[in-house]
Amino acid sequence: MQEQTGIPSVDHILSTIPPKKRLAKGPVAVVECFQEIPCDPCYTSCTTGAILPFEDINQLPRIDWETCNGCGRCVGFCPGLAIFIVDDTYSENESLVKIPWEFSCLPEEGEEVAGLNREGREVARVRIKKVQPSPKKNRAHILWLVVPRELAFEVRSIALKQGKQVDRGRKICLKTQLSADVKTLR
Amino acid sequence: MFDTEMLIIGGGPAGLKAALSAAEQGADVLLVDRNPYLGGQLVKQTHMFFGSQKQYASERGVTIAEILTREVLNSDKICVLTDTTALGYFEDKSVALEIKGTFKTVYPKRVIVATGAQENTLIFPNSDLPGIYGAGAVQTLMNVHGVMPGARVAMVGAGNIGVIVSYQLLQAGVEVVAIIEAAPRIGGYHVHAAKVRRLGVPIYIAHTVVEAHGRESLEGITIACLDEKWQPVKGTEIELEIDVLCISVGLSPLTELLFQAGCKMEYVPQLGGHVPYRSENLETTVAGIYVAGDVCAVEEASAAMVAGQIAGLAAAGSLGYKQNNYEAKLKDAKNELAGLRRGPAGEKVRSGLWALTIAAGEAV
Ligand code: SF4
Ligand code: SF4
Repeated sequence: MQEQTGIPSVDHILSTIPPKKRLAKGPVAVVECFQEIPCDPCYTSCTTGAILPFEDINQLPRIDWETCNGCGRCVGFCPGLAIFIVDDTYSENESLVKIPWEFSCLPEEGEEVAGLNREGREVARVRIKKVQPSPKKNRAHILWLVVPRELAFEVRSIALKQGKQVDRGRKICLKTQLSADVKTLR
Repeated sequence: MFDTEMLIIGGGPAGLKAALSAAEQGADVLLVDRNPYLGGQLVKQTHMFFGSQKQYASERGVTIAEILTREVLNSDKICVLTDTTALGYFEDKSVALEIKGTFKTVYPKRVIVATGAQENTLIFPNSDLPGIYGAGAVQTLMNVHGVMPGARVAMVGAGNIGVIVSYQLLQAGVEVVAIIEAAPRIGGYHVHAAKVRRLGVPIYIAHTVVEAHGRESLEGITIACLDEKWQPVKGTEIELEIDVLCISVGLSPLTELLFQAGCKMEYVPQLGGHVPYRSENLETTVAGIYVAGDVCAVEEASAAMVAGQIAGLAAAGSLGYKQNNYEAKLKDAKNELAGLRRGPAGEKVRSGLWALTIAAGEAV
């Protein structure tokens, strides 16, 4: 399914949802990584041991929900941007969903924006609770979204701000360019 | 004319790692690259890398380029020549270099060819309209020169490069209207595909570009569904209004120097095209010529870096430089490379490799 559309299958998504009892205890990581690829930073970045050791780097990540404290460190280190934090205890009707965000257009705290599902369809208006620099310290961010509780396992992105008119050939500001000294090396 | 113990051609991930590994064992290295900077394709990679911590997982490619370039520049065993093209390999085992317009011949005792690969292209009516680029070219425009390629883009190819460049276009503020893939499945990592999907970019599998339209430059394309025989199905055409089309339909190894040197080559589609026979130490059938990176198998940069380590170590070892935990390091690197290729994602490369591996010492 994901092989055809890019969207994880329902069964895969269901397998990522922690039991109710665990959700009632507070934030927890949700790992949406369903294909065996040579990759393991989720494991190496987690300091609590909640991501179980990899016997082979190609193995799928396995998480121990009881050990996970929802700190969100792995969210910043996962190159697949496949890990999210869900805090189902945020309020009676709302959950907090933390998503990795690698765009320079940042929403503002308190702002209401379109919450998108895994297809990129708007499913709710969500409130930006916090814009947190990524624990990886690599210019990315983690966005804290306040979403309707029933959509905690549905909202996985926010809409990109509708761009201003872009002109071909326009210079863009690059935050990721090489440092000048390395680039001009002769 | 000058001598060097080891000449490494290509300063991408494989060449940089090869230079560092060889220098660490004590060999003197001359590293050449035709670009004005080192890092090869890494400098355009703004996404976080997969792989293991040892291969800089979670770092952005451009950061890895910086780390490795600094290490190379800090090594007093490595001499770097940028803006330098290796023009040819001659019978007397010399290599002709063009260094910023001047011509020099070098006689290396060992050569590591780490020239990488070039993008494949796709032919369809009007495929020569301005606005139709290789995905790598668009990456260079955006991520090296900071120039916006256009406003509305479609990508052909849902392999890792196609999907990642689509994501980078979104990051630059360009609208990506579609990713078009001829195969009936997405070839790139599914987590990459999920990133662009949740931002609303549709991925059309089993589709192809029928033709492009435009007067002076690209104004749109027609795409259509492909049947099981890869033929466009009438009546399934979709029109897309775009000003840029990116082509990302695979890479072919840059093997001219290897052909010239007389290395035994084989056409292996799983590895990207013509590739050299090589030993476990990555020595070709011509003694003293080693290979690493995409030139011997098109795969991920993490694999290229480990292959560079193997070639650098082995070439230094063959010159007698084994001062720094040589055997253990070589063994570790070989295990690591096998590990990266072990999973389903490495199956294609594995299936292409078995026939090409020659026993160590078989080189002549
Ligand atoms: S949220 Fe923290 S504790 Fe939980 S898996 Fe991620 S890094 Fe480990
Ligand atoms: S770091 Fe992310 S992409 Fe890599 S294995 Fe872990 S969850 Fe999957």
